[in-house]
Amino acid sequence: MIVKDVVCPFCGCLCDDVEVTVEDDRVVAVDNACTLGTSKFLGDHRLPGPIRRDGNGWKDISYDEAIRYAVDMLLDAERPLLYGWSSTHGEAQCVGVHMAELVRGVIDNTTSVCHGPSILAIQEVGHPGCTLGVVKNRADLIIYWGCNPIDAHPRHLSRYTRYADGFFLENAFRDRTVIVVDVRKTETANIADEFVQIRPGGDYAVLSALRAIVRGKTDTIPRSVSGVPREQLLRIARRCKEAKFGAFYFGQGITMTRGKYKNVRNAIELVDELNRHTKFTISAMRGHYNVYGSNEVNTWMTGYPFGIDFARGIAFYNPGETTAIDVLARRECDACLIVASDPAAHFPRPCVEHLAEIPVVQIDPYANATTAFCNVQIPVAVTGIDAAGTAYRMDGVPLRIRKVIESGYPSDEEILSRMYAMIQEVRSE
Amino acid sequence: MSELLIRNACVIDPINGIDGETMDIAIRDGRIVEDVNDSTAEVVDAGGALTLPGGIDSHTHICGTKVNFGRYMSPEDMRAGRTPRMGRMHATSGYSVPTTYGTSYRYSAMGYTTLLEGAMAPLEARHTHEEFLYTPLQDTLANTLFDGNWAVMEAVRDGDTKRVAAIIGWTLSAVKGFAVKLTNPGGTEAWGWGKNVSCIRDPVPYFEVTPAEMIQTIVRANELLHLPHSVHLHCNNLGTPGNYSCTIGSLGLIPDLNDRRQTLYATHVQFHAYGGSGWDDFCSRSEPIARFVNMRPQIVIDMGQVMFGKTTTMTADGPMEFNLYRLHHNKWSNHDVELETASGIIPVLYRRKNLVNSVMWAIGLELALLTENPWQCLLTTDNPNGAPFVRYPEIIGLLMSKRYRDAEFATVHPETGHRVPLPAIEREMDWHEIAVMTRSGQAKALGVLEIGKGHLGVGAEADVAIYPIRIDEVDPSVEYQKVVDAFRCTDYTIKRGRIVSRRGECLVDGNNTTVWVRPKISDSYDMVRDEEFVRKFDRYYTVRMSNYPVQEEYLRRNLWRRNLCIETEAEL
Ligand code: SF4
Ligand SMILES: [Zn+2]
Repeated sequence: MIVKDVVCPFCGCLCDDVEVTVEDDRVVAVDNACTLGTSKFLGDHRLPGPIRRDGNGWKDISYDEAIRYAVDMLLDAERPLLYGWSSTHGEAQCVGVHMAELVRGVIDNTTSVCHGPSILAIQEVGHPGCTLGVVKNRADLIIYWGCNPIDAHPRHLSRYTRYADGFFLENAFRDRTVIVVDVRKTETANIADEFVQIRPGGDYAVLSALRAIVRGKTDTIPRSVSGVPREQLLRIARRCKEAKFGAFYFGQGITMTRGKYKNVRNAIELVDELNRHTKFTISAMRGHYNVYGSNEVNTWMTGYPFGIDFARGIAFYNPGETTAIDVLARRECDACLIVASDPAAHFPRPCVEHLAEIPVVQIDPYANATTAFCNVQIPVAVTGIDAAGTAYRMDGVPLRIRKVIESGYPSDEEILSRMYAMIQEVRSE
Repeated sequence: MSELLIRNACVIDPINGIDGETMDIAIRDGRIVEDVNDSTAEVVDAGGALTLPGGIDSHTHICGTKVNFGRYMSPEDMRAGRTPRMGRMHATSGYSVPTTYGTSYRYSAMGYTTLLEGAMAPLEARHTHEEFLYTPLQDTLANTLFDGNWAVMEAVRDGDTKRVAAIIGWTLSAVKGFAVKLTNPGGTEAWGWGKNVSCIRDPVPYFEVTPAEMIQTIVRANELLHLPHSVHLHCNNLGTPGNYSCTIGSLGLIPDLNDRRQTLYATHVQFHAYGGSGWDDFCSRSEPIARFVNMRPQIVIDMGQVMFGKTTTMTADGPMEFNLYRLHHNKWSNHDVELETASGIIPVLYRRKNLVNSVMWAIGLELALLTENPWQCLLTTDNPNGAPFVRYPEIIGLLMSKRYRDAEFATVHPETGHRVPLPAIEREMDWHEIAVMTRSGQAKALGVLEIGKGHLGVGAEADVAIYPIRIDEVDPSVEYQKVVDAFRCTDYTIKRGRIVSRRGECLVDGNNTTVWVRPKISDSYDMVRDEEFVRKFDRYYTVRMSNYPVQEEYLRRNLWRRNLCIETEAEL
């Protein structure tokens, strides 16, 4: 059987035109997806059932036992951390927020280690953006700054920018200009019309120079700024102002390098400035397919996109104090529930070391780096393959992710709802 | 079977012609009935307190992409309104844009049981519906945006009203919307190029239709679909000096096509009632607008009252928000939605010491006081654009008391008196008029009387608000503070026969319904079978047509959650 219009649960592009061939409740072929998406659909080696650490090895346990363990761990904790959430469906994220509130824990998602700085910048200066289809249909200028979509969001170029024909651009490849700005010549740079190479750490200065030029203050610009010649800066600024519609996409090349959120703020303010001359938008290239959904869910339920601390009953937000990294690095947290992410692969060493010392339960279909730090792991269905639910594309468009096979695994939402109900019995009133 | 008996209620129920009668209200299984078994029913003694149908907000921004972005970008606003988890109540955050629970609890404490989200982009409808699920204590409905819809504009250009109706009908059913909203029609498409339309005769770039043509055609299409609500219009040119003439021009386009309700609902008219040629001679033009409305039963407006203090502005009117940003230089967010619409958000502070803000404050009140028939001017702040909804009680006080208005007027910018007629207006509204402006008028305008909203007659949904005030003992003209306090917090808010809020404490976890429409359309007008529509959809949207409709899962039903689809017979 071929299932059409399947949504790919891998990256923030959330391509929804994938065709999946299913035989005997197994995915046997995938069309339209990129290699990243395809390998996720075809992924194998699921953990067969819940496991519990037993000395140096593992012991199989039942779902009931595993859930009981996780519930007891959270009930017993003084400062529980509920982390992850970016690769599961919104319905599970909602249960997670309720649970964090009830156990007075910290709830955080992977934003705090990728686009956290972007959100901090947005909270200072706002965010002029648009949906991806607006760019596809209108944008005659695209800037990729500090990101490499060919690697991380392979179909961004074909569905929305470089190769995507749109209503006002009948021949996108010819009619659209693509500028890539990065510290090294990436593969994306190879397909750009213009590549701007910046010295590492120089993004802030280059953005400032562009802002000055757009404002007409060309005389103050030195011969070169962070390795970019003055002439090139003038040309880029002119191209931006002359575009009918410009779209600026940025990635971790500016959020996680020197300047961090200040870089993003500067980029947003450049775009604000350009809007006085033409139409311009800016957007972050969000990585995990539903990291943006996690931000959305957290926001409508708690008021904040990530790093929320319920220790005092209210929702309290102060990145630098209330993200997963913060509470782990301070060795404050005394139990951790991890859902749909792999912190051991991405967190700084001291944080991972602390994880090794406290009880940890991971809810995840696959064994990963974090498994080594778990006391219990509970395998679940993969959203988009054997579980359905909601995800938010990087531009905020929500889609319903389909279930294409029946695996028998419970979904994240089911496991978390059972846990929540048990915690409620103890904690309510 | 569950029964509830409210005793000694001093009832004002304008739809049923009840004006301050003390009576009992019997409720069985969520509806008002003739009587219940006195000995077994749960009894609530209202003690002679003012009892009204549950409040209805016919234009508020509470759920969806843009509202959530208002929260996302504003931790300072989130900090300004925090409550901890308590009893059945979840933690809440936010003052001008509360979290969904915050919105729901605070509205419920004020006696509101039904809310219409003012602007939902079809492509992002799923988001609005997700937040509706977490707005547990009110029935929710969504205005659906068509102001920059490409397929609609093309059909308008071709003069094909039936096709316009067919596209709207398909979209509303697909995204589970309730009504047709036009926000700055044509302007949101022009904003795709950083431009705007100046008024109703200004053509939209490329599509070559004018806002006037769009409004006229869509109004007729709306009636072909026999939708419960009329077209809901946010006029072009919001917020600019002299825009009142554009507003009158827009209202003048509207024939009287429906004998059960208005043919056009014009929202937040305060923002569209400005005189002057610039900020220097900015002044009120509430009088010509109210005069115009007084002569046309086919128009209903809402106030869009401004109250002094901090708030957040958010609207699909992207170009207007950018202009505001250029005035205020505060943070600015924008979000254009492919093939459909736009939106923008900026925080604002309305100051008494600011002349323009003072004039704005006066205009909203003037519109309400100068519109003779309260059924034609409903109480809103365009929450949170003019002020957060928690300020409604003060507005009620101002409408009921000349003395209160004078006291406030003494504190606004001293020049205001030369710019506005407010000080000369003597009218003080009575309890009955307030009941019309806060529930019954909304129910009639939205066309939801038929599903039992906005009144307390037998068969109505048992949504009831009991306010701690005795209208025979209080003179609102003098004791306006008592009025304000009473409307801040009910003794009881009852939703479909269940007590959901008691003196501000919310007692249950969920009792809401999503109300949406499905016009029945013949196969020959079914857009799914229309090759051109399908081809353009596939080519220009970034979402596949099969993934576009909001699935039934987003109207989840359980014991207390309902999914209420109003089917209409379209003339197509
Ligand atoms: S670009 Fe992203 S969403 Fe699209 S197929 Fe590849 S991994 Fe999946
Ligand atoms: Zn509005």
